[in-house]
Amino acid sequence: MDDQITYTQKDFKSENEVRWCPGCGDHAIMNSIQRAMANLGRKHEDFAVISGIGCSSRFPYYMSTFGFHTIHGRASAVASGVKCANPNLCIWQITGDGDALAIGGNHFIHLVRRNIDINLVLFNNKIYGLTKGQYSPTTDRGAITKSSPFGTIEDPFNPGKLVIGAGGNFFARSIDSNVKFTQEVFEEAARHEGTSVCEVLQNCVIFNDGVHNAITDPEFRADRQLFLKHGEKMIFGANNEKGIVFEKGRLKAVTIGQDGYTLDDILVHDAEEPTGWLQMLLCSMGLPELPVAFGVIRSVKAPVYDQVLVEQIEEVKASSPIKCMDDLLNSGDTWEVK
Amino acid sequence: MAKEANVVEKEEVFVRFSGDSGDGMQLTGTLFSDTLALGGNDISTFPDFPSEIRAPQGTVAGVSGFQVNFGNTKISTPGDYADVLVAMNPAAIKANIKFTKHGGTIIFDRDSFNEKNLVKAGYKTLDPIAEDKLEDFNIIPVGVTSLTKETLKDLDLDNKSVLRCKNMFALGLICWIFDLKLDHIESYIRTKFRKKPIIVEANLRVLKSGYNYGENIQELTPRYLVNPAEIEPGIYRNISGNVATAWGLLAASEKSGRELFLGSYPITPATDVLQTLANRKDLGVKTFQAEDEIAGICTSLGAAFAGDLAVTSTSGPGFALKSEGLGLAVMAELPIVVVNVQRAGPSTGIPTKTEQSDLLQALYGRNGESPCVVIAATTPSDCFYYAFMAAKIALERMTPVVLLTDGFLANGSEPWKIPSMSDMPAITPNIAKDAATYKAYARDPQTFAREWAFPGMEGFQHRIGGLEKGITGSVNSDFNNHQDMTDARAAKVAQVVDYVPDLEVLGEQEGELLVVGWGGTFGHLATAVRQLRNEGKSISLAQFNFINPLPANTREVFAKFRKIVVCELNMGQFAGYLRDKEPGFEYYQYNKVMGQPFTVHELVDNFKKHLEE
Repeated sequence: MDDQITYTQKDFKSENEVRWCPGCGDHAIMNSIQRAMANLGRKHEDFAVISGIGCSSRFPYYMSTFGFHTIHGRASAVASGVKCANPNLCIWQITGDGDALAIGGNHFIHLVRRNIDINLVLFNNKIYGLTKGQYSPTTDRGAITKSSPFGTIEDPFNPGKLVIGAGGNFFARSIDSNVKFTQEVFEEAARHEGTSVCEVLQNCVIFNDGVHNAITDPEFRADRQLFLKHGEKMIFGANNEKGIVFEKGRLKAVTIGQDGYTLDDILVHDAEEPTGWLQMLLCSMGLPELPVAFGVIRSVKAPVYDQVLVEQIEEVKASSPIKCMDDLLNSGDTWEVK
Repeated sequence: MAKEANVVEKEEVFVRFSGDSGDGMQLTGTLFSDTLALGGNDISTFPDFPSEIRAPQGTVAGVSGFQVNFGNTKISTPGDYADVLVAMNPAAIKANIKFTKHGGTIIFDRDSFNEKNLVKAGYKTLDPIAEDKLEDFNIIPVGVTSLTKETLKDLDLDNKSVLRCKNMFALGLICWIFDLKLDHIESYIRTKFRKKPIIVEANLRVLKSGYNYGENIQELTPRYLVNPAEIEPGIYRNISGNVATAWGLLAASEKSGRELFLGSYPITPATDVLQTLANRKDLGVKTFQAEDEIAGICTSLGAAFAGDLAVTSTSGPGFALKSEGLGLAVMAELPIVVVNVQRAGPSTGIPTKTEQSDLLQALYGRNGESPCVVIAATTPSDCFYYAFMAAKIALERMTPVVLLTDGFLANGSEPWKIPSMSDMPAITPNIAKDAATYKAYARDPQTFAREWAFPGMEGFQHRIGGLEKGITGSVNSDFNNHQDMTDARAAKVAQVVDYVPDLEVLGEQEGELLVVGWGGTFGHLATAVRQLRNEGKSISLAQFNFINPLPANTREVFAKFRKIVVCELNMGQFAGYLRDKEPGFEYYQYNKVMGQPFTVHELVDNFKKHLEE
C-alpha cells in the first residue's frame, strides 16, 4: 500500500464504448469495481483484469488497466498463470454463472482450493445472456427458459456452498444495485490474501429481468436481506427487530421480544471460523423462510499459493549447489572423451 | 546446429539380473532368455559374472547374477555394460553399477533397502542413489517383496516359500517392459512344480502380478539407444529426450532473462518434462501442475501475458484438449511453447508406444485460420537444442511454437557432449520500450511480430483477447481488418523462415533416391541410408526439423533426385503436407503405425525396391 497513490474512478475507465444493454446490472458492478480499485493504494499498472466469455467478460475492454479477455470458462486458469508469473499484481477475474460454474467449473474449484491471490467477481444473473436466454447452473429448478421450455429439471449450484465445499477461504455476496455496499465488499475482498470470491446478484434486463426482485423489492427488502458483519449480531428488519438463531440444528428467523427470544439468543457472525459449517448454512439461507445473506460470509487466513511458490523457490535456491545452467549441465554423472 | 551424421542404431539390449544367491537369479535369467529366443531374438547369455566384474573383494560376496544380451542383429558376445539392471538388494547395485550404462535403467527391490542391507553392501549413507550419483539413471524402485507378499496373502504358504517367488515378480515386470508373452514361463512353472500345485499357483500369480505392475505404472525403459559412432573429444553426459527438452527450456530462460513457467498435467510419455522442471526450483522455474490439460495451457497463456517464458507439455490426447487455448495464443499473439511428446493414437491409443501421428493436429488442429510454428527434434539430445529454438522463436516473434518429440526420443537416451551456455545463441524477447507510442498490435515491418508489454510496465496498459482486434487490441469486427489481421498472422509465421537453416542432405546432393523423414526417425533412416551408400547405392537422406515454415531450399533439394520416398510413423501426414506445400513432385511413402520405430532392415528392403524400379 502506497499512500502517495491517489486515483479516482475515472482513472480506471477506458476509451471504449460500453456496450452492455441499458439497465444491465453490469454497469453498476463496474462502477463498484472501479471505485474499489481507486481506493486500494495500488499502482495502476499493477492491476490486471482477466475474463472468460459472456456478457460480463467484455469487462476488460471497458477498463483502462491491463486486461485479457480469454476463452470460455478458462479465466480462472489464465488468471492463475498471471498471478504465479508475477505475484506482485492485483488480479481481478470477471466471470459469470455460466463461465465460472458450468464450462469453467473445474478451474473454478481448483482456483479456490489452491488459494491463489485473485479477486474473483462472479456476476450471477441465473441465465445465459450472450447466447440469449438459456438456463445456467444457478437457474432455479423449474425455471422456464429458451432451453427449458417446460421448466428445468435440475437443481442449481449455490456458489457460496461450492466455494466453502471446495476449501475456499473467502466468500462474499452482494447485489448490483447497491453500489456502495458492493464497493466495500470488493475492497475487503481485494485486501484478503488468497482467492476471494464475490458473488454479485446481477439483473439481466433482457433475458431474466427481475430474477432477484423478490429480494430487492424496496417494500420488503429490509425483511429479506441480512447484512452480515464479522463480530456483529445477525439482525435485520426495518427496525432491526429481527434476528437469526440456531435451533435444532437449523437456522431460524425470529423477532426479538417475541416467543421468548431476546437479543442474547441472536447469533454473532464469525467470518473467521475455519470449518465453515455455519457459514455454509448462511450461504444457503433463502426466501421465503429466511432472508438472503449479504456481505463477507467467510474470510479465513490460509497459506497463499503464489506466496508459497516464491518462498519455496527462494529456499531451494539458497541451498542448491546449482546456480546456473552451466552448473546443471555439468552436474551428476559426466565423463571425458579425449 | 549440424546434424550428427554418424549415428548407428543400437539394436541390442543387455539385461543383467542380480541378487543374493538365494534370489533365483539364474532361473529368472534363463526363463527370460528362453522367452526371448522363442520370440525370434538372437541372444547371448552368461550365467554368472566373470571374476573381473565382480564387486571389489570383501564387499558383496553373495551376489549372483545372470546376464543376457539380445537383439535383432547377430549377437556374438554378451555385452559389457548393461542397459537394464535388475537388482534384488543394495549389494547387487553396488556390485554392478559400474557395469551399467550411463543413464541405463535400474529396477530394484525397494523393500530390501533397509539399513542392515545397505551397511552390508558397503554403503556409507542410507541414500545409495545420491551416494553412487545415480540421479541420471532411470531408477525404478519397486516394492518387490511387499507386492509379492500381498499377492500371496490368501495362499496357505510359509514366509520362506512366499519370498522364493520374488524373482517371478521381477521376471513378470521385465517381460512387460520388453513386450514378451508369458506363455513359455507359465508352462515351465506348471511342469517344474507339477507335484506342488500351491507352488505353481503362487509362482503364476506373482509372475502375473509383476507383469500387471509394469502395465499399471506404465514404466518406460529406453530400449533403443542412438549412439554416435565417432565421438568428438569433450565432456559427456547421458541425456534422455524429455530431460533434454526440459533443459533446453531452462537454457532459453537463462539466455532470454525471462522466468520459466510450465503449466502441465501428467500424461505418458511427457510427464518427465514436468518432473524434471519441478526439480529445478534452484533455477527459478515455476511449475504448475494444473487440474487438467486445458488449465495447463491456459495458465501458460496467463504467464505469457505476464511476461514469462511460458510452456505447456503434453502428449496427443492432451494436445487435443489444448487446441482452443493454442488458438487463443495464435489470436492474442502470445509467446508460448507447446511440447507434444507424441504417442500412438487416436484417442488414448497406446500411451507407451511411439508414433508421429500428431503432425496434422499440430499444423491444423484449431478452429479458424490459425497458423503455428511447428518444429520437431530428431535425437534425444537435440531435444535440448530444438526446445531452446522453440522458445527463442516464440519470444522473438511473439507466436506460439509447437515442438514435436515422441515417445522414442523422450525415453531414449544417448551420450551428449555437454554444451557451454556461452555457445548458445542469444535470445532477445521482443519487449516494448516506448509507452507513448505503444500499440499492442503494431507490427515490425519485416517480421510482422508485435511488441510484448506486460502488467506491471507503467504506461503500457492495454487489453488483448480472443476476439478479432484492431491495432490497439480493442475489438474490431470490420471485414477488411479481419482479412488484414489474418494475413498478418500468417505472414508472421511464414517469416520465421529467417530462423530455419537450409535443409541438409546426408549423402550426395543429387542422385536416384532421396529419403525424406522428419523428427525422431532420424537414427534409423540415417543408418539404413548409410548402409546402402556403403553398398554403392545412389541414395541420400533429408531429415526435417522445421515443418512450418519449411526450409527455404526444400524445392531445390527435392528437384535433384529422381525419386522421393517420405518415411514416417503415421499413414502419410508429412507426405500429404509436402504435396500441398511443395507440389510438382511425386512423393512415394513408407509408413508404419505399429507403435514401434522403424527397423533398419525394413527400411533397407524398401529403399532397395525403389532403387531397383
